[in-house]
Amino acid sequence: MNNSSLDIVLIGDKLSLKFKGELTLYNLTKHKKRTDSVDLSEVYNIVIDLSELNFLDSAASIFINNLQNRLSLNSALQVELLCNNSEILDMLELVKAQKLKYTEISHRRKRGFVEKLGENTYNNYISFLSFMSFMGELFANKMHYIESYKNIRYKEIAFEINECAVKAFGIVALTSFLIGLVVAYQSAYQLKLYGANIFIVDMLGISVLRELSPLITAIVIAGRSGSAFTAQIGAMKITQELDAMQTMGFDPYKFLVIPKIAALMITLPMLIFVSDIMAVIGGIVVANLDLGITVDMFLDRFSNVVGVKHFVVGIVKGPFFAFLIASIAIYRGLLVRDDTQSIGFNTTKSVVESIFAVIICDAVFSIAFTNLGI
Amino acid sequence: MNNIIEVKDVKTLFDNRIVHDGIDMSVPKGSIYGLLGPSGCGKTTLLREMVMLQKIDSGDIEILGHKINNIQYEDAMWLRKKWGVLFQSGALFSSLSLKENIALPLVEYSDLSKEMINEIVAFKISIVGLKASDANLYPSQISGGMKKKAALARSLAMDPKLLFLDEPTSGLDPISAREFDALILKLRELLDLTIVMVSHDLQSIYDTVDKVAIIDNKKVVYEGNLDNIFGVENRLIETFFKGVKSV
Repeated sequence: MNNSSLDIVLIGDKLSLKFKGELTLYNLTKHKKRTDSVDLSEVYNIVIDLSELNFLDSAASIFINNLQNRLSLNSALQVELLCNNSEILDMLELVKAQKLKYTEISHRRKRGFVEKLGENTYNNYISFLSFMSFMGELFANKMHYIESYKNIRYKEIAFEINECAVKAFGIVALTSFLIGLVVAYQSAYQLKLYGANIFIVDMLGISVLRELSPLITAIVIAGRSGSAFTAQIGAMKITQELDAMQTMGFDPYKFLVIPKIAALMITLPMLIFVSDIMAVIGGIVVANLDLGITVDMFLDRFSNVVGVKHFVVGIVKGPFFAFLIASIAIYRGLLVRDDTQSIGFNTTKSVVESIFAVIICDAVFSIAFTNLGI
Repeated sequence: MNNIIEVKDVKTLFDNRIVHDGIDMSVPKGSIYGLLGPSGCGKTTLLREMVMLQKIDSGDIEILGHKINNIQYEDAMWLRKKWGVLFQSGALFSSLSLKENIALPLVEYSDLSKEMINEIVAFKISIVGLKASDANLYPSQISGGMKKKAALARSLAMDPKLLFLDEPTSGLDPISAREFDALILKLRELLDLTIVMVSHDLQSIYDTVDKVAIIDNKKVVYEGNLDNIFGVENRLIETFFKGVKSV
């Protein structure tokens, strides 16, 4: 029941605010509006009359308390509180006592564009530095694990190879086949115009072996296995499994980090090889159906015009891409903090950053190999 | 050497916030030592510092005669094999079954045969009160109480002399919690353990602990046994132990 009322009575210079019934947060607003709009210019005495109030909740007590304080600020005013209900007085006392303890909760300051830009730049710089320190730790402290063959965790590496390569076989093969198909189809259309049908072999062979296969494989693996690394290590961090490993003297680098990096570095070149085959098969299909080049003709020309170096260049990139993908993914996993959003955030970052790093690395290779005449 | 752990004037900062401002404590050999204090006072942080998961900003922590600031790699590995840690959530490796979890340190650090390890694991499983049939379950398949017991079994795998427990009874129902207390007391008898535990559970503290350190306001406000605790003038201690005093 929200029946409350407020009688505002002005007699001479004496104003009486008489609250009746139950004053609660449900009916507070209308009374607040009325008391705020009272004209106080002619008034010297104010009585806040709570004697006919039979219930006051905490929100309403804060209101009464604030009202009293606001009116008391004006030194010309005499404020008087009328109340004989001990429960209501207790409530008011409680609010008053608490009010001394808390200060107003400060609102978050709005930040300007320059400040945000500066903060983001600084944060990116710091995160780059921390990635470098992760790399430094990996090379300086942890590489001794692979110095001796006894330290190599064959079982873990084999497990990771199965997880991140053998199981990725299908998707890499399918993606590459489609890429080969699409590239060949688009170029077939152009080549037909000039009657240069047979050159599809040169074009496809070089672009697929040198650039497309390594990149497509790396991107698929970054999305598939890189994200899995981040999520797995992040979850282990949240459940304190990494802490448990450390206190038991098992270095997570030895058990988790190095096997993952090694497994990916071993398998990515193999996956690139699979991708080469499938993309070329895609090309053969289009050449056969669309340009009337038989499989024999295609393969014959392929072995004549596409040098082995193109294949080798593509495969050599594999371990480098693998290292970047695995180390970024694991680094991001180790950054996960104790909250649920952190895993999602870092997994996204991991995929984006590793694809970005792979493309940069590819560009560097491309320039280097071309200048070296390979 | 009578004290297993000596903590001297430890200071810890999180960014600019002071967590510990000169903590001193010492854990006698063979005791069950309780770390108490309100939430957020840095008990778990102190425990993490002792087990070398977090660095201290100044001061000294000496465990089993080794100062853990700037400790050598070999000494750190030696220490890690000498202690067991039970994390609040158990922190069992989710990809391994209970049996494999408990066997892991044995497999890694010893050259024991498979049969021998199996037998040790069976012993540890029974000593913490789990059933042999639970051994092949995975951590996701068992209850919170069982997880704690299994994690305890894992921390006992290498027969440590020192055991760290982070809120061992939190999240357990009162009956399981009392069982766990009894288990800890029994293990201390059986295995001659020194135990450091962080706890909020008053009953558990009264039942098990020999010596307590109460951390409040970044410092140790009381260290000693529970009998003398009511002589101390401190608001926290009075509030915290009031319920028990009146019983």
